[in-house]
Amino acid sequence: MDIQMLKSNDAITWCPGCGNFGILNALKKALVKLGKAPKDILLVSGIGQAAKLPHYIKCNCFNGLHGRALPPATAAKMVNRMLTVIVTTGDGDCYGEGGNHLINAIRRNVDMTVIVHDNQIYGLTKGQASPTTDSGYETKVQLGGVIVEPLHPLEMAIALGAGFVARGYSADSDHLSWLIEEGIAHKGFSLIDVLQPCVSFNKRNTYEWYSQRIYKVNTDPNYNFTDKQAAYQKADEWGDKIPIGIIYKIEKKTYEEKSGLDMIGPLVDEPIEAIDISKALREYV
Amino acid sequence: MGNNELTVRVAGEAGQGMQTVGTVLCDIFRKEGFDLFSNQDYMSRIRGGNNYFQIRVSSHPLQSHREKTDILVALDRESVSLHRKDLCKEGVLVADGKKFNLEVHDGAFFDVPLYQIALDKGGSEIYVNSVSCGLIAGLIKLDFAAVERQLRLTFSNKKEDVINKNILAAKTGYEYATSNFRDVSFKLTPGHSKREMMMNGNDAIALGAIKAGCKFYSAYPMTPSTSILNVVSHFAKDFNILVEQAEDEIAAINMAIGASFAGVRAMTGTSGGGFALMVEGLSLAAMTETPVVIVDAQRPAPATGFPTRTEQSDLNFLIHAGHGEFARAIYAPGTIEQAFYLTIKAFNLAEKYQIPVLIMTDQHLADSTRNIELIRQDAVKVRRSIISKEESANVTNYLRYRLTKSGISPRAIPSWIEDVIYVDSDEHTEEGHITEEGTIRNRMVEKRLYKKMQGLSREIEKPSFDVREAKTVLIGFGSTYGVMKEVCEETKGKVGFVHLSQVWPFPSVEMKKLLMKKRRMLTLENNAGAQLAQLLRRETGIEVNDSILKYDGRPFSLDEVLIRLSQRTKRKQR
Repeated sequence: MDIQMLKSNDAITWCPGCGNFGILNALKKALVKLGKAPKDILLVSGIGQAAKLPHYIKCNCFNGLHGRALPPATAAKMVNRMLTVIVTTGDGDCYGEGGNHLINAIRRNVDMTVIVHDNQIYGLTKGQASPTTDSGYETKVQLGGVIVEPLHPLEMAIALGAGFVARGYSADSDHLSWLIEEGIAHKGFSLIDVLQPCVSFNKRNTYEWYSQRIYKVNTDPNYNFTDKQAAYQKADEWGDKIPIGIIYKIEKKTYEEKSGLDMIGPLVDEPIEAIDISKALREYV
Repeated sequence: MGNNELTVRVAGEAGQGMQTVGTVLCDIFRKEGFDLFSNQDYMSRIRGGNNYFQIRVSSHPLQSHREKTDILVALDRESVSLHRKDLCKEGVLVADGKKFNLEVHDGAFFDVPLYQIALDKGGSEIYVNSVSCGLIAGLIKLDFAAVERQLRLTFSNKKEDVINKNILAAKTGYEYATSNFRDVSFKLTPGHSKREMMMNGNDAIALGAIKAGCKFYSAYPMTPSTSILNVVSHFAKDFNILVEQAEDEIAAINMAIGASFAGVRAMTGTSGGGFALMVEGLSLAAMTETPVVIVDAQRPAPATGFPTRTEQSDLNFLIHAGHGEFARAIYAPGTIEQAFYLTIKAFNLAEKYQIPVLIMTDQHLADSTRNIELIRQDAVKVRRSIISKEESANVTNYLRYRLTKSGISPRAIPSWIEDVIYVDSDEHTEEGHITEEGTIRNRMVEKRLYKKMQGLSREIEKPSFDVREAKTVLIGFGSTYGVMKEVCEETKGKVGFVHLSQVWPFPSVEMKKLLMKKRRMLTLENNAGAQLAQLLRRETGIEVNDSILKYDGRPFSLDEVLIRLSQRTKRKQR
């Protein structure tokens, strides 16, 4: 497949220099490598700048409600397991409004890949703190600086038993593209938190700020991403050094395997016009 | 006690197994050819409290319950004082006087050592259920063989020893009744009912969904909708249905919408509080034009209200729920049969118009059991309204929201067509991309509201009615059908009725026709606000004379409606 085949008709409305462009390119590259027809790929999003991404790729798109990308994505995969399901969401959408769904999507372990555009700020509503905004950061609402603890999505995901937990950086498109490929290839729920500068509203976590801190964890031959304790420590690193890469990865049974969905054809292919329910009705006679 | 009919009530603490006695008795009565209507009254707790199971039996079809009972079996002390007042004139109270130190000296009290028999014959007090069962059968002079057959069947998954102990306990109860209370004459004329099926309203909705081809059911447990979740789960493997217990109602509806977008028929069920959480999702279904069927099994509100009781106060809420303006349809089945057939229609309609369709029921219909004629599973055809897999092969340049005369855009299933599909909760172009263009906005609003409503208005369920001889007409919706019908029969048609099984779009034309003649009109509603009366006035200009309202969390009984009607007549005469 050619990258041109993924070109959508829709005009992009992100700010020039937005980290989202890097994520869009990385995703397109990963999808080209995947080699699946666009009609067999479903991108699901909620609301926010990240949620617009599915409009900019020629794949199926379900752009739902704020915070609610995961439930429809989960269900779509359950009823048609032939679809490759990818969620593009933001830190507000996924960790704030939709936090409960993230917790339970991880527990279900349906085979899908969740890419969180984590710019540590609310962009679309113009600059309020998000769940991952660093403590002390001042905004128009958090006037004296953020006083609550930031959410630690990677540690949370590892604690909940996610099978694939990674962190990417939007400016390193090749590395991110590789992470997305690995996430899609992983059987089960994959979470990829992507550090993404917001050029309009986050004056702290800038391209420069990140480039001074980021390092690739998987180039270290001593790092074992199947070691839960080591992964937990790695996920906790934030400040002078920030790791990117596959932080934690283990094989575990998926929802499809445990529910028996993988033993039958996709539910969407079941004919329904002439279902005979006599067997069920007999229980009421 | 009415004309060849009888009401039996078994009361006790939650956890004592009234439901077991009740179901066994229902099965026995039904198999002996009787008609029956049973309802339950339970408190929102797992143990303790006071619950009862009531069965009304007759040799003619029944649609409602009575206020008074002929036989009351009290399994605990509290039940004696709580339920005594509900005994008929010639009714009997059965209780274990020794166990509960009851000092009652009147002819209506039948002191039976229920617990001693249970201990002697079964070795545990839990056998009091089977003792009661046998005792009731003895009082009514049913054939004991029928009791034994049913106990064997009900406990067929238990060990032989346990089954035998239950039968022995029941037999002892039976013989106690036949030898000690020989003068009691509760003998019912055997019925010849051909109504061989027995289920409650929630069973019917679940079975209707299975027949309609529902392949995805997501819900968060909430009384009184939970048994739909249980029943669909019970049959899920047999019919390849995926049932998912969602983390909350928001997830439940968004999942159902996602499954439906991906191409299967999907449903979710809840009660008022859970539906409140689903409202944004309802709006999403409308905006994305994704079919979804939602059941609201109403219970008394606001907030948590009475979790285990009944009310019809969500009528306004369901009609108006959701931000923005869009088409929807709302069914309000009045009987178990309607619950089945309308559920299939709900799926057909949701898919045809690509809208949310709501099924409004309540605890009374959900939990009441009646024997009914065999469900004709093919009475309502399952009709799909999508681009079929065969047709999909030729689809290119697909526009999900293509503007059409009917307002309905042919709906494709992702991965079936060669093209991709864009669906959006933002206002969108025909292709499905975000837009803020005014002209497109107008076309899309008109599509979702006017055009779909026009179509829906052409296929509204006709109200059922009997107003031929009526001087007074009762008007109701949902679960009050049964009581209205029986009031009509009891008054030989002097009190007629009109019942709406669809409340939105409102059947204005039909209602105007039915209510044209000048008559006394009253709505009968399980709410405080006379919501149906208001809706009728708004949609037709018709003003009713009065409303009979009930909002204590209990359903209307036949007797209560008759009494309240006569009070109104007297008031008028004064």
